[in-house]
Amino acid sequence: MKQATESRRGDPLLVISDLTKRFGEFTANDGISLELEPGEIHAILGENGAGKSTLMKMIYGVLKPDSGTLKWRGKPVILHNPAHARALGIGMVFQHFSLFESLTVAENISLAIPETVKLLRSRIAEVSTRYGLPVDPDALVHKLAMGQRQRVEITRCLLQEPQLIIMDEPTSVLPPSAVPILFETIRKLAASGCAVLFISHKLEEIRSLCHKATVMRAGRIVATVDPAVESSASLAKLMIGRDIPHPSRSAAKPSDVPALSLHNLTLAPDDPFGTRLDDISLQVRPGEIVGIAGVSGNGQRELAAVLSGEQPLPAKQNGSVRLFGGDCGHSDCGHRRAQGMAFVPEDRNGRGSVAEMTLEQNALLTGYARNLVAYGFVRNAAVSKFAQDCIHEMDVRCSGGDAEARSLSGGNLQKFIVGRELALKPKILVASQPTWGVDIGAASAIRQRLVDLRDEGVAILIISDELEELVEIADRVHALFRGSLSPSIERGDVTDELIGSYMAGNFSPEKLSVEVSGP
Amino acid sequence: MSVFPFSIETRTRRTRFSAIIPPLIAVCTTIVASIIILTSLDVSPSRALYYLYIAPMATRFNFAEVILKMAPLLLIAQGLAIGFRARIWNIGAEGQLIMGAIGGSLLPIWFNDSGNILMLPAMVVVGAIFGMAWAAIAAVLRVRMNANEILVTLMLNSIALQVLYYLISGPLRDPFGFNFPQSALFPDVAMLPILLANTRANISIFFAVLVTLLAWFFMQRSFPGYRLQVGGSAPDAARYAGFGEKQAIWVSLLVGGTCAGIAGVFEVAGPLGQLQRVVTPGYGFAAIIVAFLGGLNALGILAAAFFMALIYVGGDIAQTSAKVPYSVNTILQGVLLVSYIASRVFSDYRVRLRKPAYNRQERV
Repeated sequence: MKQATESRRGDPLLVISDLTKRFGEFTANDGISLELEPGEIHAILGENGAGKSTLMKMIYGVLKPDSGTLKWRGKPVILHNPAHARALGIGMVFQHFSLFESLTVAENISLAIPETVKLLRSRIAEVSTRYGLPVDPDALVHKLAMGQRQRVEITRCLLQEPQLIIMDEPTSVLPPSAVPILFETIRKLAASGCAVLFISHKLEEIRSLCHKATVMRAGRIVATVDPAVESSASLAKLMIGRDIPHPSRSAAKPSDVPALSLHNLTLAPDDPFGTRLDDISLQVRPGEIVGIAGVSGNGQRELAAVLSGEQPLPAKQNGSVRLFGGDCGHSDCGHRRAQGMAFVPEDRNGRGSVAEMTLEQNALLTGYARNLVAYGFVRNAAVSKFAQDCIHEMDVRCSGGDAEARSLSGGNLQKFIVGRELALKPKILVASQPTWGVDIGAASAIRQRLVDLRDEGVAILIISDELEELVEIADRVHALFRGSLSPSIERGDVTDELIGSYMAGNFSPEKLSVEVSGP
Repeated sequence: MSVFPFSIETRTRRTRFSAIIPPLIAVCTTIVASIIILTSLDVSPSRALYYLYIAPMATRFNFAEVILKMAPLLLIAQGLAIGFRARIWNIGAEGQLIMGAIGGSLLPIWFNDSGNILMLPAMVVVGAIFGMAWAAIAAVLRVRMNANEILVTLMLNSIALQVLYYLISGPLRDPFGFNFPQSALFPDVAMLPILLANTRANISIFFAVLVTLLAWFFMQRSFPGYRLQVGGSAPDAARYAGFGEKQAIWVSLLVGGTCAGIAGVFEVAGPLGQLQRVVTPGYGFAAIIVAFLGGLNALGILAAAFFMALIYVGGDIAQTSAKVPYSVNTILQGVLLVSYIASRVFSDYRVRLRKPAYNRQERV
């Protein structure tokens, strides 16, 4: 580590010493120290909840540290707010974009930079050619793909001429094919002297891109390493503190009759910025796990809503969604649940749970069919037991069944919701991002449960943008691209190249129709 | 970043008292405001306090008046609160009350010399159906055409009033009433039994308290009540769980309309004894305030209805004893609502002054 510092000459750009941040009882960052040189690409590596975001928010002036100091170009600074950080030359590209979809690229950028749109257009063009970020200043943002939107965010950041850019999981929104382009941009930035803090939990990316990696676990720094000389396995072990368990699985033994099927489903979105579902055909048989890969925003949300019944279909679409062969396009969630479907929604707050209700009340939300209601009255004792079972089964960390849903961390709430839906003993399970925000240990437990359910003969559909997750547990994988579904790839045939090209839309419609009319 | 020298943040920690504090602050503010208003009308502060808040409870007759006015407020507010919990905003209780009063008057007007003891129960049933039907118009329009129920119920109030005016000037007018716009007096079997001798307080308060208990049970223990609350707090979660929104709209509006309709029957079968041009001193609107002041909680509404009835009677006493205008009543209702809403802001959110960050760092 010492060597690496000496090899890049000059004074450090940013020196952090002993930074600590507590939220109530919980210590999110505990005595964090790190140094950053100009032109250095520095990875911050850690599981969800390891404290990466808290650290970045302190560097960007969003949060104030409880103790410790920040030195920027040799001088101690106290960051008041993000505007102050930007004025000093610290920029940040967030995981969730803050762009107005109905405005053009240049208009969006002009909101952050006090210049006329006209003048900005030439500057945008200049910056984007210099760093290899092709973006049309006059394009409306809602028409741009996620990768292009990210370029807008990066361009906006670069126009403020930062010396340090913080990138929060920038590759999580990109299809695999767009990742090398982003990396090229980052390397150019570094070559021009700008330091980059690159937050990620994807180990291969860090190994190929970063000069140095700081590994965080439970709010502390556990190691600072040269990622190029580490293996992915050793980095993973540092990150979670033990070896990653993989679910054990046997070959799928699906039955022939599909439990859930879509037949040439085409649906225009209600939301003007939604995605149109285009001629989607899909079968999920009892005893198999079908995965749907894809970069989020390619129709996953719309597809999940059609499957769950939250988006009822118009009468002319009769027959395009079938449960055990019977048409169900017009029936709502309640009817589909009664037929043995369960859903893990993408939004755990406000959809999968009611924030201000207790876990017990939230257990009743979908658990009502499991004999929790008698003659119209809620059986409190039974509800309480059901909630306790979900909490216990999934090891949900909470103060008990009377804890409000909003008091739980995102990952814990997710575990509770997954536990609740599994406790419904479904025949068909549709899960969107089932392990989103859940720590690695619990995520592998959830995956194991899904595989076990499959072996019991449940039909499972998983919509996820974590490709690794799908590769690990799915028996077949489709990719969703701009509302079209690729042919399925059998488990044994999945390669990163093939699925990556499907995720980028390289599958022919002819192939699709052949696959559907097949067995 | 912001031009304001303060920021408003959601309070995450709540205690068991945080639900009770805003209504208490609102009540205190209203008491202080009423003293200031009456003092400005040349009533001494101690007299003002006496007229408005002591006198209504000081004599048997006055207290009976409080009970009399509390009953419809309590009954209507319980019905409205169920809908409000589901975020269905029925602002039309006044009109539903008027329609209930009309419906309840039909039997005693048509069978004016009847002695059948089933008269009163039958009136309650007919009045309830009328109130329910009036609210059902808003429900149909909302479910079928997505028409905003706030506007529809609000405008139906005016229509109900005109219907009442038409009926008592024509079809339901007392033929021997010297052309006064009012119906014949009701027979004894159509009148609610009096609770306290020589007062106007009648047994409607028992009914209202019974409805309070039912409402409490419905919201706390029943599955339909739970579904309404989910629909109100998180519509997406309700859809995800398979709880129909249409059902929630129907239940909310029909329950509110039914309660208001029965309150209308109790007015004509209680203090009025006939159908008149004025069947309600704004109970339908005051009950909205009562519902919120009670925190949309069945038991809280019980206390809120009592306080609102107190203001009604106290305002009447101040009017006759100190010659203050009737509008004092309306003003105090307004003060009560506004101060409740304002104190809710402070209980739900924390307002923080923005300090320069340097000062904060010194503490470290």
